[in-house]
Amino acid sequence: MKLESKVPTGPLKDSWDKYRFDIKLINPANKRKYKVLVVGTGLAGASAAASLAELGYVVEAFTYNDSSRRAHSIAAQGGINAAKNYTNDGDSIWRLFYDTVKGGDFRSREANVYRLAQVSNNIIDQCVAQGVPFARDYGGLLDNRSFGGAQVSRTFYARGQTGQQLLLGAYSALMRAVGKKQVILHTRKEMMDVVIINGKARGIVTRDLVTGKIESHWGDAVLLATGGYANVFFLSTNAQACNVTASYRAYKKGAAFANPCYTQIHPTCIPVSGDHQSKLTLMSESLRNDGRIWVPKSRDDKRPPNQIPEEDRDYYLERKYPSFGNLSPRDISSRAAKEACDDGRGVSVTGFGVYLDFADAIKRLGQKVIEERYGNLFEMYERIIGEDPYKTPMMIYPASHYTMGGLWVDYNLMSTIPGLHVMGEANFSDHGANRLGASALMQGLADGYFVIPYTLGHYFATEKPEKISMDNEEFKKAEKEAEEKIQKILSINGKRTPTQFHRELGKIMWEYCGMARNETGLKKALELVPQLREEFWKDLTVTGGKESLNITLEKACRVADFLEFAEVLLWDALERDESCGAHFRTEHQYEDGEAKRNDEKFAHVAAWEFTGIGNKPVRNVEPLSFENVQLAVRSYK
Amino acid sequence: MKLTLYIWRQKSAGDKGFMELHNVDNVSEDMSFLEMLDVLNEKLLLEGQEQIAFDHDCREGICGACSLIINGTAHGPEKATTTCQLHMRKFKDGDTIYIEPFRSIAFPVIKDLVVDRSAFERIMSAGGFISVSTGNAQDANALPIPKADADLSMDAAQCIGCGACVASCPNGAAMLFVSAKVGQFAYLPQGQAERKERVLNMVRQMDAEGFGSCTNLYECEAVCPKQISVRFISKMNRDYLCSSFLENKK
Repeated sequence: MKLESKVPTGPLKDSWDKYRFDIKLINPANKRKYKVLVVGTGLAGASAAASLAELGYVVEAFTYNDSSRRAHSIAAQGGINAAKNYTNDGDSIWRLFYDTVKGGDFRSREANVYRLAQVSNNIIDQCVAQGVPFARDYGGLLDNRSFGGAQVSRTFYARGQTGQQLLLGAYSALMRAVGKKQVILHTRKEMMDVVIINGKARGIVTRDLVTGKIESHWGDAVLLATGGYANVFFLSTNAQACNVTASYRAYKKGAAFANPCYTQIHPTCIPVSGDHQSKLTLMSESLRNDGRIWVPKSRDDKRPPNQIPEEDRDYYLERKYPSFGNLSPRDISSRAAKEACDDGRGVSVTGFGVYLDFADAIKRLGQKVIEERYGNLFEMYERIIGEDPYKTPMMIYPASHYTMGGLWVDYNLMSTIPGLHVMGEANFSDHGANRLGASALMQGLADGYFVIPYTLGHYFATEKPEKISMDNEEFKKAEKEAEEKIQKILSINGKRTPTQFHRELGKIMWEYCGMARNETGLKKALELVPQLREEFWKDLTVTGGKESLNITLEKACRVADFLEFAEVLLWDALERDESCGAHFRTEHQYEDGEAKRNDEKFAHVAAWEFTGIGNKPVRNVEPLSFENVQLAVRSYK
Repeated sequence: MKLTLYIWRQKSAGDKGFMELHNVDNVSEDMSFLEMLDVLNEKLLLEGQEQIAFDHDCREGICGACSLIINGTAHGPEKATTTCQLHMRKFKDGDTIYIEPFRSIAFPVIKDLVVDRSAFERIMSAGGFISVSTGNAQDANALPIPKADADLSMDAAQCIGCGACVASCPNGAAMLFVSAKVGQFAYLPQGQAERKERVLNMVRQMDAEGFGSCTNLYECEAVCPKQISVRFISKMNRDYLCSSFLENKK
């Protein structure tokens, strides 16, 4: 497999401008001759569908939800970065670019990241024009705040609901296009497969979740904006329906899957309370500004937290990392919590939790100040746990919440299958091995509003996709495969539920491929996952029929793909024999616990190629060259 | 704790539904309401029965997918809380709970507790936007917006589109939902150009979908998980009235 990044030559600063000048255009009257299928209507999908429709393309968009507004982009709390430098504190496109490359631990493609930083400013302008009610100061101008991994205030926000407001902005643009009949929006339809004809992506097969009908749709290009795969861990901060199916189906049809082992763990989530747990709730990281993290010094100390005296507490972050303390980077804090709990000193009913204590801050600043800063978070915590965090320390534990890996794309956002483009969290390109806070929203909207409208036109103008017929046997074949898979799932009649298998898979992945990984564990997991998959196809039970809404069947189809995909993730984690960003191999670390990269051997993208279920996929390599930033040890000391 | 549940079952839109009795035990107070239903669903599946369908997704109170009328109240007994954020510690051992879908003429049942809220989508596409295409928007700070207006706009914009307002309204009115969207743009300078057409188009679509009229009962505000205020309804009524008069003058 050949991985051509197609990055324009010449100076980095001019690359996107030069690209836009060099591309071939399609005249406005001819755009309506091209049909685009957009799968997924979160930030990236909705913004792309709307923008392409405005240009004149015929667009059909698909979501498994009942509305585009339900996509999980809606849950992002913190904000969106942009290099506006409104605060006059030294920000610039270059600085945003540099921070993002460094934050990604030097495993992203320079030109993509630079383009992202460039268009970040247009995003804010566009969103304000749409009526997104960003926070403002008393002069009526936009307010900014600072976020992890940056020394400038460049984050725009709308209370604690920035993702919601940005998604509603993109959604309103999409609904405007739907009203004007420029976009046909298919709701409650899930993509089952992508259809390749003459080597190009020419359509998809979907299942109507209400009627069960399997149908084909043709297009001149297919755009996947189907999000990340954090639910491979079963418990994550993702929404319940988030899944890998669309990406994984594309992978099976020949799209390379890049860096699947880059999965991010968020340190401040509400801990698991029992086996009934269905998801983990994220609490803003800002809590660590005033809270102190600790566990009891002794394993046998089962006293309530308020009765444990100062000398019997281990403020382990302050002890191990005196300069950064409770504000140590996400990955370091997460691993330190795991170590304390693995040592048997964890708190909460399951033993997987650590205290986040505000007693000192309340004493120092008064309860009122803490209330102003974190009131809504404290309320949410009390609702879920039933304890008052003003009186009893909060309990937190890390959880999986974002995946940097995804389908491999070139500078045009095109995968290794011509015509199949991938946007947002579903692609791999901009965050390297670790994503900085407030950058996910930025990337999703950059891809949808400002990148794909250019690059897709160039694809059409150069490739000129030929006419195809819906009678093409590839459609029939893909439909038949989808039908057969469903039939197979319904006919096993075993004894275990899809959720049981999913939970089992999650346990394996979290144990051996979660916050910290090593060769022995990964090899063990590579034995366990295929066994579990085999049991799935022998012992699964699914009730109900295929011709109506069947939540059990939906879940089973998604779990079936997670069970295959998990192996790709494990292979990637095993073969990337270094630590970088969120991928932490215990064999490779500095004395202070920071990830130890191996730039000589691993300064590249690993893009995996499907070779059959259960077979080891082929690892292809795209070397990364850093001409504008110098590779350095990522240090926040 | 042990609970007695009566849950609405309905095979499809055309089917006549019924309340089905389920006894559940070992319910932990740490479970969310939906996790309690998950546990029941797992049990049903292992007994070879069909699982109860209900809408849900983010489970953190923001996507607006979850619904349910719990003991007669949309989203259950806790104020300003979606069903997914409601926890079982709000109930006690031995309780009987009635669980029904968000019923309304404009929200037909699809199956069990899942209803079709696509009427909201059509109202949105009738005018729930500012007509700006992607491209050369002016600099975001070129248009200062007084903080008070921006805050009011944000108060309205918080609506999650769950439809609790409709489900709890004896008239089946969607006024709170529509006024939240109309209000968000009415307070912003960007929204002024289309202000009149927007309110007329959205209200007309709302009527066409079969939603009822507002008679100031404020049930909507009482159950709204995002605490959207009914003042947006009066704001929308003023806008609607002015716009209709001006339209007739043309």
